[in-house]
Amino acid sequence: MPKVTIDGVMIEVPEGTTILQAARMIGERNKADRHVVPPAMCYYTNLKTSGGYCRSCLVKVSKGSDRDPRPMPKPVASCRTNVMDGMEVQNTTSPELLDARKGVVEFLLINHPLDCPICDQAGECHLQDLSYENGTEASRYEFERRTFVPIDIGDTIKLHMTRCILCYRCVKVADQITDGRVHGVINRGDVSEISTYIQNAVDNDFSGNMIDVCPVGALTDRTFRFASRVWFTKPEDAHRSCERCSGRVVLWLKGNEVLRVTGRKDQWGEVKEFICNTCRFEKKDLADWKVEGPRHIDRHSVIGQGHYELETKQQLLKAPAPNVPELVRNKELKER
Amino acid sequence: MSRKLLFEHIATPGIRGLEGYRANGGYRSVEKALRTMSPEAVLEEVKKSGLRGRGGAGFPTGLKWSFLAKPEGVPRYLVVNADESEPGTFKDRYLMERIPHMLIEGMITSSFAMGAHTSYIYIRGEYFCRPDHRTSDAEARAAGWLGKNILGSGFDHEIHVQVGAGAYICGEETALLESLEGKRGNPRIKPPFPAVMGLYNCPTVVNNVETIAAVVPIVNDGGEEYAKIGIGKSAGTKLISAGGNVKRPGVYEIDLGITCDEFINSDEYCGGVEGRAFKAVVPGGSSVPIIPYELFLKTATGESRLMTYESLADGGFATGTMMGSGGFYAYNDAQCIVRSTWNHARFYSHESCGQCSPCREGTGWMEKILHRLEHGEGRSEDIDLLWDVQRKIEGNTICPLGDAAAWPVASAIRHFRDEFEYHIRFPQKVKDPKHFEKEPFARNPKFATA
Repeated sequence: MPKVTIDGVMIEVPEGTTILQAARMIGERNKADRHVVPPAMCYYTNLKTSGGYCRSCLVKVSKGSDRDPRPMPKPVASCRTNVMDGMEVQNTTSPELLDARKGVVEFLLINHPLDCPICDQAGECHLQDLSYENGTEASRYEFERRTFVPIDIGDTIKLHMTRCILCYRCVKVADQITDGRVHGVINRGDVSEISTYIQNAVDNDFSGNMIDVCPVGALTDRTFRFASRVWFTKPEDAHRSCERCSGRVVLWLKGNEVLRVTGRKDQWGEVKEFICNTCRFEKKDLADWKVEGPRHIDRHSVIGQGHYELETKQQLLKAPAPNVPELVRNKELKER
Repeated sequence: MSRKLLFEHIATPGIRGLEGYRANGGYRSVEKALRTMSPEAVLEEVKKSGLRGRGGAGFPTGLKWSFLAKPEGVPRYLVVNADESEPGTFKDRYLMERIPHMLIEGMITSSFAMGAHTSYIYIRGEYFCRPDHRTSDAEARAAGWLGKNILGSGFDHEIHVQVGAGAYICGEETALLESLEGKRGNPRIKPPFPAVMGLYNCPTVVNNVETIAAVVPIVNDGGEEYAKIGIGKSAGTKLISAGGNVKRPGVYEIDLGITCDEFINSDEYCGGVEGRAFKAVVPGGSSVPIIPYELFLKTATGESRLMTYESLADGGFATGTMMGSGGFYAYNDAQCIVRSTWNHARFYSHESCGQCSPCREGTGWMEKILHRLEHGEGRSEDIDLLWDVQRKIEGNTICPLGDAAAWPVASAIRHFRDEFEYHIRFPQKVKDPKHFEKEPFARNPKFATA
């Protein structure tokens, strides 16, 4: 099994692992080493051929392998480059790489509207995280940004092309998870856009997953639009038996009201089990679900600032609060 | 006087038709290869010839062919890249229009060497020689040069002509393959390289038109004979399409290794400049770095520069440039480098496929800054900003289009920074689009060689 060293941390990984996956394995092994994990905006583990587009996961390969120790001449996309035995990779330890990444963040932001105050994605946006962690404080871009008119693709999905960073994840979802794709990229260069062919509605049982994979607020849930800021909602793991999908979801609650249903995202912001549109858009009643307990948001996200996990615990310890669902309480108490 | 290998019969009447071509020794290489040689022997001749890819990168052709994976039961393909869209380059078009059968002959011989039974010509959408090519294909097929069991050798071969839709990016080999498969012309992420997974996931070789045409004289006369022309690793002849402010624009076949001075000033080729002085030269198509005329004639160490891959690249990007695809053009002192750079940036911004972010966003940004500079609205920080933007595009993209967009901007700033400064200092003067026509820009000697 090849051994790879990323920012001085060594790990042994199976053949065919990419640098990004190896870095994530290091991060999962020890939280203190999570700085070695490059950011990824377009790569998505469950979507084949995704990755390589956004260039935010670029890393420097300072030693190719034991057999051929020459460094790679250019930074490489860690999500699409396989590790070799003895490879040495620099992520945060290379100043020129961090500079290049700064450039990538700046490029991603020059045509982004920065309308976070009215964007549903704010608070769970990967571009916000990326620019906060790797960007500069101000942009040097002074020209007019390219804009598009928002369009509805179907009854449930809204496309704000202006916010899109062209990660192609939704195209891969349309290609690989739904059948009869009418969704893709048209035009080219900085005016290329995600579109459905002559505004055909995306009509498929799994189309809603495009919303989950979108790293920015380009594709949003029309049943949730402007309902609440995400950090005022409370994520709870829940499930139901569903014929089409696993039925394992996250409910985003305000009081007892289900504002939104999404797939379960892991610590890298990726959904492992895609859910169907029935679960996502139609089951907006708490009685439809078996609630398992508060969802741990494994990112330093503003969502965690609501202390909903702590709140639930305290409520359970003290007198039962009227707004805590019966189901949660029973389950939690049983586990205790 | 350079030898003419590709252009020997270019002026012969009737050379465009099969009969005229055959009468002048056409399809001899197919006869020779299929009747007397093994595929390995043809490959060996190409390796011996030292032929390098004529599309721009200059990768040794024989080596590229030898990388071709040969799994059992999987077809292999030869794809000829005739999507010649680099501004300043028009050599392939000339060859295809004048001697269409030469390319077909080269394709049959090359495919024989690779064991490919199907090959494709991907022609640029704007090239109207494509109907001719279909006619030539039909002619060749009717005469038995294409189809089953060619010349009774048991070798089958078919050629398909595919027309692009006019995208520069489809000249990048993997984008070309995507386009050929009927998909959006986005470059693929490499590895895997086309030699392993190319067209329809089968091993594929993508070569330039001129490269494949050059296989004809190599097989006819032997690789060693071909390698005698030229200097060192730059062997053979090269087609150069000359344009810009030269007296005699056109397509020339040169022996690699003639001096740059001879090429630009002798009456056999470009014939110098009309009435004015040369200012700058782009020797290999718009994506190679622009260099001042003095540096084009002599390298930084004072040696005279030669038309070879190595000599043109002498001095790296600081004082050298590249052979590129042979799209040669020169500027006289009435031209504005900022305007030309803006024009290049506009082209790359328009042609970026939009797949990866540095190129998609960066090319547009550079275009806007250069537009501002050229139209008298430049700011003092613009030059440094432009430098920083190009630096962050270069090397960070999926395909070489990002580099191709960054290099002209970088080299223009490197060698002609004073002209950029002039645009910021005298915004009123540069608002006249022909601002250097009446009053040529006097270069600051400080920048002459820097």
